[in-house]
Amino acid sequence: MKAIVTVVGQDTVGIIAKVSTFLAESKVNILDISQTIMGETFTMIMMVDTSLSEKSFDELNAGLNNVGEELGVNIIIQNQKLFSAMHRI
Amino acid sequence: MFTSFEIGETLEMIQKEHLDVRTITMGISLLDCMSGDSKICADNVYDKICKKAENLVKTGEEIEKELGVPIINKRISVTPISIIASASGNPLSLAKTLDKAAKNVGVNFLGGYSALVQKGFSDADLRFIDSIPEALATTDIVCSSVAVGSTKAGINMDAVKKMGEIIKETARLTEKNDGFGCAKLVVFCNPVEDNPFMAGAFHGVSESETAINVGVSGPGVVKCVLDKMQGQPIDRVAEAIKKTAFKITRIGQLVAKEASKRLNAPFGIVDLSLAPTPAVGDSVARILEAMGLETCGTHGTTAALALLNDAVKKGGVMASSNVGGLSGAFIPVSEDEGMIAAARSGALTLEKLEAMTCVCSVGLDMICIPGDTPASTISAIIADEAAIGMINNKTTAVRLIPAPGKTVGDTVEFGGLLGTGPVMSVNKASSEEFIARGGRIPAPIHSLRN
Repeated sequence: MKAIVTVVGQDTVGIIAKVSTFLAESKVNILDISQTIMGETFTMIMMVDTSLSEKSFDELNAGLNNVGEELGVNIIIQNQKLFSAMHRI
Repeated sequence: MFTSFEIGETLEMIQKEHLDVRTITMGISLLDCMSGDSKICADNVYDKICKKAENLVKTGEEIEKELGVPIINKRISVTPISIIASASGNPLSLAKTLDKAAKNVGVNFLGGYSALVQKGFSDADLRFIDSIPEALATTDIVCSSVAVGSTKAGINMDAVKKMGEIIKETARLTEKNDGFGCAKLVVFCNPVEDNPFMAGAFHGVSESETAINVGVSGPGVVKCVLDKMQGQPIDRVAEAIKKTAFKITRIGQLVAKEASKRLNAPFGIVDLSLAPTPAVGDSVARILEAMGLETCGTHGTTAALALLNDAVKKGGVMASSNVGGLSGAFIPVSEDEGMIAAARSGALTLEKLEAMTCVCSVGLDMICIPGDTPASTISAIIADEAAIGMINNKTTAVRLIPAPGKTVGDTVEFGGLLGTGPVMSVNKASSEEFIARGGRIPAPIHSLRN
């Protein structure tokens, strides 16, 4: 499944590293990545492919939540179909 | 790849503006469960619902987690029970069976304890309607509806008379809960057979074996869009609502398709309704106020609602391959924080609500009236509403709660999605003789379209 991972929160050292490490360990492939800093808010959007992962969507979600808690940022993973439905005709 | 604006907009709608999918409702045909033996019929019904809806709640929760969009309710609608119980003659045993089956599969409401008597009653229909008060008092999550009129058939005034009495009796039997039973009972004109919303959902006899119908929501999202458009001409407001309705409905369509695929049940329809909840920021009344009305219910409210209802349909219809159900804006008083406030302030009256039902998708919904309101007055309110539906070729419904022992100014607490209802005043002049006539109001001339 293709999914969108959104990371929003206070900028700190190692956000991309920790999120990417978790995804790599979970055999989730990163297809695209964009990141900006607005003020002091860090915003990163990743498109990922979870099809090779042995973890269920629930486990990936829980794992990303844990990473988010460690970093003090909010991480959400959602099926990309949601965004296609809303923003692409 | 999506832009950060697009992703941000979606997340904002979900996290801050109460965007959700209101319900996934699985329609299940019970026609093959009929039997002359009430025990066999009940067993058939129980087994079929448990089998067909076994994975409904689980699948709904899976989709909810994957998309990150709350899916508030998972529900079931069934073939009108007046038909299913006609051979056994024991509808009450089926009411209890439905309650048990619905609880077993984990849904929060099951609709279809229903009868369609818009033209006349069969003996079984009469037996069935008489069972409604007890059925609603002795079950928890079974919802009932009765169709008393249609554009094609006219209005069955005997049924209108009877339903006034049935509503009073339901209130009496559920007196301890302020007449809560009546919150599960809808009287319809021109009912739709694929409505996913409660309490009026049932699975029509022309529907397939099973069907997945999805009701979308999102008044909060529309309100937030309008908040950014102060002072702009009303046609731009209509355009903005249309675009927002499109996006909201696309989510409903996606959820319906996914649920249909995973549950191996055909995709029925997406119902494009703006359905409020009692939560602050999830109100249809506040949308009308965002258009420039001081309080919902004041002059201009009907026009604002007409625009909203139409724009929601125009936006939604392109977003979904199958649109159906009620599709429009809902105005249930007790379930809408803004409506509650407007009714309390006196700006919103029963008469204004009646006018509003001419231009929105339903009718007089979740309105508490004094407990001593005569049955004939309730029947007359039903007749007025049915007439609006019949003449205008639209669905209208009445869900009134004559709260026992309560009077104008009191408040009835239902809790949860059903909310809080201020008791509203009704016209004191009698309609007794009009209702006592019975008979049938003939179908209007424009019903002859062949």
